[in-house]
Amino acid sequence: MAERERRRTPPYGGVFVARSTVLDADDIRRAIWRMGHEILEHNQGDDQIIVIGLQTGGVELAHRLGEALTEISGTVPPVGTLDVAFYRDDIGLRPVLPEAPTEIPDDLTGKIIVLVDDVLYTGRTIRAALDAVHDFGRPRAVQLAVMVDRGHRELPIRPDYVGKNLPTRRDEVVNVSSTAVELGEMHR
Amino acid sequence: MSRTAQRHLLTIDDLGVEGVQRILRLTDSFVEVSERRIPKVPVLRGRTVAWLFYEDSTRTRLSFETAAKRLSADSMNFSVGSSAVNKGESLRDTVQTIEAMGVDAIVVRHKSAGAPKQITQWLDASVINAGDGWHAHPTQALLDCYTLRARLGGIDGRRIAIVGDIKHSRVARSNIAAFTALGAEVVLVAPPTLLPPSLVPFDVTVSHSIDEVIGEVDVVYLLRMQLERMHEALVPSLREYTATYGLTAARARRLGPDTVVMHPGPMNRGVEVAADVPQMPNAVVTDQVRNGVAVRMAVLFDLLATEADPVFGDDGEETDA
Repeated sequence: MAERERRRTPPYGGVFVARSTVLDADDIRRAIWRMGHEILEHNQGDDQIIVIGLQTGGVELAHRLGEALTEISGTVPPVGTLDVAFYRDDIGLRPVLPEAPTEIPDDLTGKIIVLVDDVLYTGRTIRAALDAVHDFGRPRAVQLAVMVDRGHRELPIRPDYVGKNLPTRRDEVVNVSSTAVELGEMHR
Repeated sequence: MSRTAQRHLLTIDDLGVEGVQRILRLTDSFVEVSERRIPKVPVLRGRTVAWLFYEDSTRTRLSFETAAKRLSADSMNFSVGSSAVNKGESLRDTVQTIEAMGVDAIVVRHKSAGAPKQITQWLDASVINAGDGWHAHPTQALLDCYTLRARLGGIDGRRIAIVGDIKHSRVARSNIAAFTALGAEVVLVAPPTLLPPSLVPFDVTVSHSIDEVIGEVDVVYLLRMQLERMHEALVPSLREYTATYGLTAARARRLGPDTVVMHPGPMNRGVEVAADVPQMPNAVVTDQVRNGVAVRMAVLFDLLATEADPVFGDDGEETDA
């Protein structure tokens, strides 16, 4: 769950209390490294890859994934950010954050786009992101990398690269930071 | 603060400092949208905006129309010249007819001050003031603030000279409100005949000499000589006005290198501004027009897309990440 949902959106408005640590900093580093290899393997060393982090939870992960790709393949992939607020189906229920800008480094036509987010849940963010991406060009392919897939999809969307599959209840909250993935609840 | 209370945009004072800053922040996002390959986002899909312009307008109307289209709203065009207004239909009947067709917002320009406010009494739709008489033109003030903020990095503490026909100018009234709300120091430069009868509501100083202020301000904001609103001899002649208050080429040379020149348009070149001044690097006239679209996107978005409280959604629906 991204920072802004945790802070501002009910029913989560409250304090996150972790019950267990799912991944620690080393696990996260290894997961990013593995996903980097998977991306290159899947795309057969294609150098047309652009990594795009979804605001706000996917941005740091996208940069780390970009670094991993650089180290593994030797070529530096462009890394961008995307705020899907204007494309959401629940627009108006959430704030548009000026500190969460969209920066797309290139025309996306013909490129392989790897969308990056921290947690995949209902799939609605990704649905919005797919709409948004197509306003920047016609990519050759769009793939999805997430640190945690927690299930409960409401749309026919699946990830291509997953850090950790984590079965959850709907009332649980997954918190992803740069050093840990925790499972817990919101306390009012 | 209840955000749902704000359904209309009539004046800068209604919006308040917080509201002005909120719109300016939102505008940043819409400037980015406007630079995209496909500068269109689906935030107002299914919403309808109607234009009700009882007065001539090129840029405001086109700007609002472009803004609505970029937000995917539908627009309903009403041109007074070819409408039932010519058959004697009243303003009230006209707006209620438009509302009966299902609109979410009406953008109004009217020659009478207070007409947009009056309309709010008759409708459930949002009303946006696109200029009423001498009273207010809030979106112009917002786009000027945005342009200045982008150019100077901020408005707080800046000295801004507003030059010209203050008396007949709704742009001046809204800009004074917005500039002073954001912490600028405003000096009005005009002959006594072109100043409003009372300056009490404004926190401004007055000068009758453009030459005295021109070297020491950060911004020179020129107003149009509103020839169509002048029914008496307020200046001896346009030529004399130009000689004493116009930004001539000679005065333009005395501007500081970072002094910004603004004009809300349409310009009377050769009257309040010399023909080639708007092409100077200091002049931001085209920036004003460009930013106008993004600012009006922000205004429409602020009024129409955020029905629920943007900080605490009201339905408690579960959200994904």
